[in-house]
Amino acid sequence: MAAIATKPVTAPAARPRRRGSFPVWRWVIMLIAAVYFLLPLYAALRFAGLHAFGSVFTQAGFGSSLWLSVKLAAVTWAITMLLMVPTTVYVHLRLPGLRRLLETITILPIVIPPVVLIVGVLQVMPLALRSSVWLLAIEYVVLTMPFAYRALDAGLRSIDVKTLTEASGSLGAGWFTTLWRVLLPNMRTALLSSTILIVALVLGEFTMASLDLQQTFPVWIVLFDQENAQISVSASIFALVVTWLFLMLITVVATRQSRRSGGGEVTLFSAAPRETIGN
Amino acid sequence: MTDTTDTVTAPGSLVGPGARRFRSPLRNAPKSVRTGVRYAAVVPFLAYIAIFLLVPLVWIVKDSFLNPTTNTFTWSNIDIAVHGSYLHGFEQSLLLSLIASVIPGIFGLLVSYAIFTAGGRGAAWLRQVVLTASGVFANFGGVPLAFLFIASFGSSALVTGWLSAIGLNIYNLGFSLYTLSGVALVYMYFQIPLMVLMILPALEGLRPAWREAAQNLGASAWSYWRHVGGPVLLPSFLSCLMLLFGSALAAYATAEALTTGTIPLTSIQIGTFLNGNVIAGQQNVGDALALGMVVIIAVLMIAYVLFQRRSAKWLR
Repeated sequence: MAAIATKPVTAPAARPRRRGSFPVWRWVIMLIAAVYFLLPLYAALRFAGLHAFGSVFTQAGFGSSLWLSVKLAAVTWAITMLLMVPTTVYVHLRLPGLRRLLETITILPIVIPPVVLIVGVLQVMPLALRSSVWLLAIEYVVLTMPFAYRALDAGLRSIDVKTLTEASGSLGAGWFTTLWRVLLPNMRTALLSSTILIVALVLGEFTMASLDLQQTFPVWIVLFDQENAQISVSASIFALVVTWLFLMLITVVATRQSRRSGGGEVTLFSAAPRETIGN
Repeated sequence: MTDTTDTVTAPGSLVGPGARRFRSPLRNAPKSVRTGVRYAAVVPFLAYIAIFLLVPLVWIVKDSFLNPTTNTFTWSNIDIAVHGSYLHGFEQSLLLSLIASVIPGIFGLLVSYAIFTAGGRGAAWLRQVVLTASGVFANFGGVPLAFLFIASFGSSALVTGWLSAIGLNIYNLGFSLYTLSGVALVYMYFQIPLMVLMILPALEGLRPAWREAAQNLGASAWSYWRHVGGPVLLPSFLSCLMLLFGSALAAYATAEALTTGTIPLTSIQIGTFLNGNVIAGQQNVGDALALGMVVIIAVLMIAYVLFQRRSAKWLR
């Protein structure tokens, strides 16, 4: 299959507009975006400086708050995967009619204010759960859903789930084997990128954690911020850039692998553009 | 780029006649049972959403009608929530959300379109950079984000200094980082990436064949957008705007960090209630404010679903 596909794969094929149609227009937009997004980063780094960065690790509370956030991220990740992967795969295969409903439900956390949600959660949950730190992980699963679902959905759309499951089924594999040994390996990129998005969100979530009175890493940064703003800010910018680089690395490596086997470009939330649709 | 036979996944592609399905142990069961079992697999997910997302919201609705001391029905929480400083909070929140959704919406669409249609050697690379950055920046907020802008657009900060050096003092022009205009500027930092992520699937749904057909019929770029691309994209664009509006309304940490809670926004007022700064007898006013938010969001989501349904006619 790779042999058939060698030539067209490199060409970005028939997009609505080809290169050169709107060069100035595109440059202006990208330039404005670059200035808007990079200038504040530059200003903050210049103001904070990286020199004091090392001392953040020795501050009181750094280790315990970061450890708490890491644990929360791990639990959030585990619940999200257990809940979302089987559901998304199943809906793709057997209940495609529900995909739109699932899309609408998973988008809800973007518009529901975390501050409203935590008000309700703190009133309705049983005391045992309310006093536990894991309540946060449970709610973070809800908060990460829009991103996790979209990454998984993109991963599923970029592979031929139907053919893969039918092939594996006709070789005698059951549901679990198909999921574990056929689908999941094919969704590696989607799983990895949703993992990173989950970790990024949990390590940065402030609203719920502070209102739930848990000293997670972002909450600690704010407390610490009052003593030494510069260090904590350079730490968070550092975290942002590291997350970004990780996501870049994943998509670049995945695209390289995909190209090698005759596939297309791998992106974070959207399946590779498929020019053949509808033609 | 998927012209190999094994990766074409056209939606709705039919299974070949020889394909085998899983042998379900229930294949001889009555149809109703099989249908029930088919849907049973999504029950855990729906239950999770119901318990941890919907029930808390319903609880807020209930509590906003209760007198906190006697636990009897009352309108007074709602009454307080829609008057005075709380009404002002809703007005400011809605205004902020409008500004911080329309501008990032349009700009995000342009960025998305720019990276989607880019060709040439760097195009794939550009898409990777923008999309991964969007995934990260869409979740960026709170104190770090506030600091970024204080360091660049604060009253004596870097960019403000540059601008006044060329004779443009933005603070004399009515801009302040700690008022609505400043908060709106900061919100765009996560709103634009969010828009890029949400609108891209819709752009991918615009089929090259439509454009080619329009060109073959002699249409100019303008008339293609006026009669084909625009109308097809508009419902998706509007549905994304609904989400951006809700996202701006929902934001709390960033405005709190930037203004230390002095700006009258509903989300911040709710946060004040949770932090325990409450007048006796008004404990449930926070719930009533939250109810107000839920009502606005419900309207947004209904509009979202309607726009989505409309866009589904053509896209995907």
